[in-house]
Amino acid sequence: MVIKRSIPELIFDSCNVLFLIFCSFLFLYPMWYVLVSSFSDAHAIAAGEISFWPKGFNVDAYKLVFEDQRIWTAYGNTFIYVIAGTFINLVLTTLGAYPLSRRNLEGRSLIMAFIVFTMFFSGGLIPAYLNVRELGMYDTRWALLLPGAVSAFNLIVMRTFFQSIPESLVESAKIDGAHDFRILLRIVLPLSMPVLAVMTLFYAVGHWNSWFSAMIYLQDRDLFPLQLILREILIQSSAQNMLAGVTQDEVFRISESIKFATIIIATVPILMIYPFLQKYFVKGVMIGALKE
Amino acid sequence: MAVPVNAIKAKGRKQQTKRSSLSLKRMMANRYLYLMLLPTVLYFLIFEYKPMYGAIIAFKDFNPFAGVAGSPWVGFKNFEKFFESYYFFRLLKNTFLMSFYSLLFIFPASLVFALLLNELRIKKLKSFLQTVSYLPHFISLIVICGMIIDFTKPGGIINSLLLGMGIISEPIQFLILPEWFRTIYVGSGMWQSLGWNSIIYLAALSGINPSLYEAAVVDGAGRWKQLTHITLPGILPTVLILLILNVGTLLNVGWDKIILLYNPGTYVTADVISTFVYRRGVMEADYSFSAAVGLFNSVINFTLLVLANRISRKTTESSLW
Repeated sequence: MVIKRSIPELIFDSCNVLFLIFCSFLFLYPMWYVLVSSFSDAHAIAAGEISFWPKGFNVDAYKLVFEDQRIWTAYGNTFIYVIAGTFINLVLTTLGAYPLSRRNLEGRSLIMAFIVFTMFFSGGLIPAYLNVRELGMYDTRWALLLPGAVSAFNLIVMRTFFQSIPESLVESAKIDGAHDFRILLRIVLPLSMPVLAVMTLFYAVGHWNSWFSAMIYLQDRDLFPLQLILREILIQSSAQNMLAGVTQDEVFRISESIKFATIIIATVPILMIYPFLQKYFVKGVMIGALKE
Repeated sequence: MAVPVNAIKAKGRKQQTKRSSLSLKRMMANRYLYLMLLPTVLYFLIFEYKPMYGAIIAFKDFNPFAGVAGSPWVGFKNFEKFFESYYFFRLLKNTFLMSFYSLLFIFPASLVFALLLNELRIKKLKSFLQTVSYLPHFISLIVICGMIIDFTKPGGIINSLLLGMGIISEPIQFLILPEWFRTIYVGSGMWQSLGWNSIIYLAALSGINPSLYEAAVVDGAGRWKQLTHITLPGILPTVLILLILNVGTLLNVGWDKIILLYNPGTYVTADVISTFVYRRGVMEADYSFSAAVGLFNSVINFTLLVLANRISRKTTESSLW
């Protein structure tokens, strides 16, 4: 098809391009500003001199952040929560989604309704909080790993994907004598890499960024994830603690650049895995949007 | 793909008649599948349904030592206390307004963003824009709030910009003034979720049959006509489903961002039901009362969702169930 564009269309297209470029500037600039500030001289930040390029380039803030033991402990904890948590998420979501994708499973719509209902109604924060306490998980790592181990929405996405795998594949494996666990591991999962990638990303980002359950369930500072430490530095402005033996004025100035450096350190790892998985998003979201 | 619909229907009917006699046998044949399901079902029982049962403490005077079952019933006392309290109206208004403004601004903006992206003819630019617009969704809330705090402070870039353009003559303490809270909440929400929300529309847009556009061009339809006659009707079901979901969660403003940004000075406009529940329940251990407030919220939400779904099914044939 030959595209012929009239004058009004050309005007619209050019305005559209300009507008969208402006939008992308709005999306990127705040992050760019943080990155630039993290490499800038503390004086320049305090004086509001940063606009587009770093001023007085230095990495002092990063040095200070990396010397801080709190950050390292929290980083380690976050890795534990992300890896163990995502693993639990994937196992439980798969184990739930696969049987429910099999059309000949008796009572499947009932179990499905039982799961979907939780998306629309819940007991609320307080009963959930008391439940965790009652189970003895308060102030343990389990409080961050087990509640929320399955997202009903993700389970539906996965189930829909499994349903698209031809039934005949499963049938023939069955005839060959494979039982259901084997079929899942050897046939279904290898065919489900795209959806597993999406789930991994969603769950892992969730764990990486989560802080609320850590805030209400954890007391022991040795268990704190990175986000809670970030909260202290960014929201409660306690970067000052990092700088024992520096004058008050100096503290105030440097704490600003420390904030920016910690943001970068806490955000870069998750943004780095994102481009690799991005191509699967649309697919994942689209599957989730379908209803049976 | 051509599917012999009648054949499938016939097969289904045959299975239906055999079903009752075979069901136990079929359950046995699938015993491994049930075994597989067990952990997930247990998860939902323990972490979703047990708290639903626990919510009855809203009708009790909960004592942690006596447990949920052992605590004495008090009927609707906790609810009455909430309805009569000075906070009730304020919380309801704040919760509703915060959601309503988000819905009013972010919902259509995401749709318009998707439509504009869809009109973009330069493939490379399109995928770059998509990548860039999703990015904020992956940044943690703590970081976003840290950025908001930094950007809105008196020497921050927003104030510098406004001062530089001569719009204001003195820096504004955005986060200290209650009248700015909702604007900051919705504005930053727009930045965070605009791109991500648009994914679903883009997916729906890519599902529209291209031959429809070709036919429209042959018939002499311009871009605007194509938009109103093909594109919009094509994605209407998706838009409606999302609208239902949004209306159903109208009283479900998240506590996360608000807890990070508000302070006693801005409670007037910033305090919502969930933040109130958190303060009274988790921080002050006033369990029964805050469970009642939380339950009130859940019930209203659920009712709204059911209503929105019913209205939508009646008027547009799109529904969640």
